[in-house]
Amino acid sequence: MGIEVIFKGKNLIRLLEGLGIAMKISMISVAISIVLGIILGMLMTMKKPAVNAVLRAYLEIVRIMPQMVLLFIVFFGITKMTGINLSAETASLIVFSFWGTAEMADLVRGSLISIPAIQYESSMALGLSGFQTYVYVIIPQIIRRLIPLSINLITRMIKTTSLIMMIGIVEVLKVGQQIIEANRKTSPKAAFGVFAVIFLLYYLVCGPISALSKMLEKRWEN
Amino acid sequence: MEEILKIEGLSKSFDDLTVLEDINLTVAKGEVVVIVGPSGCGKSTLLRCINGLESIEEGKVLLDGETVNPTTGNIRKLRERIGMVFQSYDLFPHMTILDNIMLAPLKVQKRDKAEVKKEAEELLARVGLSSKKDNYPRQLSGGQKQRVAIVRALIMNPEVLLFDEVTAALDPEMVREVLDVILDLASQDRTMIIVTHEMAFAKAIADRVVLLDAGTIVEQSDPISFFESPKTERAKKFLSTFEYSKQ
Ligand SMILES: Nc1ncnc2c1ncn2[C@@H]1O[C@H](COP(=O)(O)OP(=O)(O)O)[C@@H](O)[C@H]1O
Ligand SMILES: [Mg+2]
Repeated sequence: MGIEVIFKGKNLIRLLEGLGIAMKISMISVAISIVLGIILGMLMTMKKPAVNAVLRAYLEIVRIMPQMVLLFIVFFGITKMTGINLSAETASLIVFSFWGTAEMADLVRGSLISIPAIQYESSMALGLSGFQTYVYVIIPQIIRRLIPLSINLITRMIKTTSLIMMIGIVEVLKVGQQIIEANRKTSPKAAFGVFAVIFLLYYLVCGPISALSKMLEKRWEN
Repeated sequence: MEEILKIEGLSKSFDDLTVLEDINLTVAKGEVVVIVGPSGCGKSTLLRCINGLESIEEGKVLLDGETVNPTTGNIRKLRERIGMVFQSYDLFPHMTILDNIMLAPLKVQKRDKAEVKKEAEELLARVGLSSKKDNYPRQLSGGQKQRVAIVRALIMNPEVLLFDEVTAALDPEMVREVLDVILDLASQDRTMIIVTHEMAFAKAIADRVVLLDAGTIVEQSDPISFFESPKTERAKKFLSTFEYSKQ
């Protein structure tokens, strides 16, 4: 079956380490994206034409550029143009945050404008200050809308980290390929076993995250 | 009678659309003023000016002698003293009924939690919704939501209550349960300004009826005179829109 290669030597540990790198890059990027995305998303609802034009352009660029192209531009392009030597990991963090921030900003903007004006007004009419209105009325509603959507973004990021092997990072998929290469003679069917295990690993990571988001969505539907 | 609210020469426009023009209205303590008028005549805007949700360019709104102005620092204090219930359901969807009611007394008035909870439960009982206190707004019917919205305004113990077509979005069979709550408030001598299209209700509850048309007050009088012998042509025409006869 080819599954036995997984248990040869340090292969399983190496696969898990690869998964760890993928997780690390996506988690740091997600954290950065959430913070910057909230700020940009709020800026986008402030109806400042100049700010909006810039942010729209940013969103469009992120939307039309494949992540792989962004990775190449940042990793090879920046190094060539500026002479600054970015590590592959830094380049990945930049690209994933650049992408994630755009998506988060759009989600935050969408959640903000989906809160009806009457929610602000009835809160103010009760005598709450603008700050209290945000803290007790608006932000809790936005978080409820935002969490399932950002969890979806997290799982997409974890999956997309498979691209970073293209700039030389040895993440889980790359480790898998190395194992298959190394055992080509002795276990020609290793590919099947290795990919099955990688599939399982992705599933073990993303499955619970998606399940959590479904659960929260159910609990908060209104 | 002691006056509580005074509107002097109030005008309001949105860009170049004049919505209210030179409104003068004085409301006495304990008085129930019903405002009627065709859709778009400025009723909601008038109520929103009264509790400072709209800026006022010309004229004044005075609550017990204090000017209501959304840009000044005391606007929050004034809003605490003016309760408002809106036409659209405006309960906070992420909070239980009890939390909706308790938010403002706890956070704005900083009252004691146990005492607020007790009062909230008493008020809920009074509108027949004790069993719903731990439910979320989505689990309530429209009429129940509006009764909760009334309780939420009431618990702040406002000096003036504003109602903006609170039954307009309701199914007909739920209108009554909400209007009964407002009638109960009138019997407690609450000062209220009520915008409504329910003419039978207006006649029953009003101390004074005000007809607003195209942003001006065209007629105001006690309900019997207003409904039975309207003075202006405009009032006659408006009232005739509520009458039906087979041609
Ligand atoms: N925020 C606003 N901006 C522009 N026009 C408005 C705004 N609010 C109300 N209006 C206009 O003011 C007029 C009066 O509205 P409103 O006070 O809601 O009337 P009513 O409550 O009597 O139906 C309408 O023509 C309406 O379109
Ligand atoms: Mg209206």
